[in-house]
Amino acid sequence: MVLTVIGYILVTIGVLFLFLGALGIFRMPDVFTRMQAGTKATTLGALGTIIGVGFLQPEWIWKTLIIAVFIAISNPISSHALARGSHKIGIKPYLKEGGVDTYAEVDEGVKEA
Amino acid sequence: MSRFTFTFLIYILIWTAFTSSFDPQELVTGAVLSFIVATFSYKSFTSEGLSYLHPRKLFYIVKYLIVFFIALVKANFDVAWRVINPKLPINPGIVTYKTNLKSDTAKMFLANSITLTPGTLTVDVIDDKLYIHWIDVKSTDPETIYKEIGAAFEEILKEIFQ
Repeated sequence: MVLTVIGYILVTIGVLFLFLGALGIFRMPDVFTRMQAGTKATTLGALGTIIGVGFLQPEWIWKTLIIAVFIAISNPISSHALARGSHKIGIKPYLKEGGVDTYAEVDEGVKEA
Repeated sequence: MSRFTFTFLIYILIWTAFTSSFDPQELVTGAVLSFIVATFSYKSFTSEGLSYLHPRKLFYIVKYLIVFFIALVKANFDVAWRVINPKLPINPGIVTYKTNLKSDTAKMFLANSITLTPGTLTVDVIDDKLYIHWIDVKSTDPETIYKEIGAAFEEILKEIFQ
């Protein structure tokens, strides 16, 4: 009974953050800020829903924990790869007045194969 | 040998978690499979081996997980607040962060932690410099950047990986 309640609370929190992540992708001005919303909100969203399901079905809890660990490791790596790739093909980050982009100095772009 | 044992232990732990049973048949199958896979992969799986199981390191690993989880929750509320706020309070930019960590594994963990903490996303790692996209640039002074972004993680990671 208690496990069911915890499970539903976790799933609700997860779904809420997934929705906020989607809203962030919609509202942010450029690819990098969108990625910020897309990485962070979806990580907690996915962890919340998956572990919540683990609480609802206690025999699945260990499997869901393993999945959660893999998501926590792989999510930042994929967003890093996307951000690096976007910068290398020449997408400039959205900057306000006085904004800095120190990576532009060392970014050599894509080398022709 | 120590590296092989460590790899084998991690694999059998994952196997047991996936099957969720202590039935002898399952355990034997898991042990055999883990042994075969570990034989081929232990060299690329870990470079330190069993030394991670030293009590001091275990303590810092637990501490790291707690700090990391708190930062993750904080990051989510931070992003949620920015998204909901009608003014969209962002001042993005890419700054350079200089790390003192030496080992590649430690740098990888630092980069991943930075990505999942409030308002920062690692774009690239070149030698000891991390290029970080910061959604709300507060300062371009290296000292402030170090303190604001990664000092808490770096202290703990230094203990685990050195």
